[in-house]
Amino acid sequence: MSLTRACTDSLLQCLRVAAKAIAHDVAFMEVCGTHTTSAFRCGLPSVMPPNVRLISGPGCPVCVTSQGDIDRLIDLGSRRDVILCTYGDMLRVPGRQGNLENARVHGSRIEVVYSSMDAVKLARTQPDREVVFAAVGFETTAPATAAAICEAQRLNVKNFSVLASHKRIIPAMRALLTDGEIPRIKGFLCPGHVSVIIGSEVYQSIVDEFGVSCVVGGFEPPQLISALVCLTELVVNNKTALVNQYPEAVHAKGNRWALALLEQIFEPGDARWRGMGNIPDSGLVLRREYQRFDAALRFNLPEPQEREPAGCICGKVISGAALPVQCKLFARACTPISPIGPCMVSSEGTCSAWFKYGPSKQLKNPRSHSDELLEVQS
Amino acid sequence: MCLAVPAKLIQHDGQQGIVDLHGNRLPVNTMMTPDAQSGDWILIHAGFAIERLNPEEARETWALIEEVERATCNSADQNDTQQHNTTAQPARGGIS
Repeated sequence: MSLTRACTDSLLQCLRVAAKAIAHDVAFMEVCGTHTTSAFRCGLPSVMPPNVRLISGPGCPVCVTSQGDIDRLIDLGSRRDVILCTYGDMLRVPGRQGNLENARVHGSRIEVVYSSMDAVKLARTQPDREVVFAAVGFETTAPATAAAICEAQRLNVKNFSVLASHKRIIPAMRALLTDGEIPRIKGFLCPGHVSVIIGSEVYQSIVDEFGVSCVVGGFEPPQLISALVCLTELVVNNKTALVNQYPEAVHAKGNRWALALLEQIFEPGDARWRGMGNIPDSGLVLRREYQRFDAALRFNLPEPQEREPAGCICGKVISGAALPVQCKLFARACTPISPIGPCMVSSEGTCSAWFKYGPSKQLKNPRSHSDELLEVQS
Repeated sequence: MCLAVPAKLIQHDGQQGIVDLHGNRLPVNTMMTPDAQSGDWILIHAGFAIERLNPEEARETWALIEEVERATCNSADQNDTQQHNTTAQPARGGIS
């Protein structure tokens, strides 16, 4: 399935035509790291209409994980009695004392897994070690963690646990809209694969309560641009609405089997977000009957101490309150080779996307771009 | 991290399946898509099938995109098109 480049160009032209009908500047926010990367990779920032801005929000799970939670993960990974299983994204995220990659070099047993089920399999083959799965991610990823816990229970695997810092996107979107520091946005480009799990109709409450449109979009350039056309045309017509532009994968009520798994294992709980602080009910915590799989309880881990790396503004970047180029560390002290903040580490991080694909490569004057964005925000 | 990729389910037995992903054969857990059948296109995330892709909906999506494109672009005036074609050139190189 593919559309031609001509179709993509035509959609861009549609976007420009719609934008021209708006007399003022308008900002939309994408809350999915994969959308961020896709937009930059296809060169979208360089061809956006001058009065339409796409701001990156808290869509990268690695980036929104609080520094305290990352420190706790690295501390746990450094224990000799523990095998820490993680998705590859977390390997190079800096903590208070190095990162997981460094810990592995110094003898810690850190395993990168393709699936959460691999961690359960490892625990069965290593009964003398504690196997901990680093459970990070939004609702797309959380059902896989729930499935692993179900499997560990079914097989009575006693040396398996998870250190969970899963996040829920809807409470974060609500927090963004009620926080005075965040730019005023006219609509959200809603995360396609989170929406596969949670469904599209859950965004209706945001449309109704905040008067902000929500458009669920796919990830190919034509799908991405089509979603932006939809958001812009809603502004032109002075309407707010929920639109699902990814219906081949996203249903109104989501994936009921995945949601049932989540419901069985987790319940909503408060969660710490980098730069956004504690957001009520924005996390997923293990239900009481599954708390024996909670690594924080099993290892009696202390409450994490929150701190940000000196000079790092990742917290502002992930909430859309600042652009990477406004960080004094960006592309100087902080690069993909020697990252300081998580937004530069993660392949879906906003800083990483800006470093690889923009702004110097796509925008003629990135500083001017940031000034214009600030004007939109004010 | 929320990346999911479409792949074709080519074998299916209980909750375990094999997908063809660009010629590679990968194991997949289908507990979240119990109605998936061999031959279905499914979205894969972290070793799990998280949804069956609806080919009819996919076709409709692409048709809708083309329809929006035609309807909107027909209203664009020719001068505007010529003006923006100049600035659009760098983008064409970036979109693959």
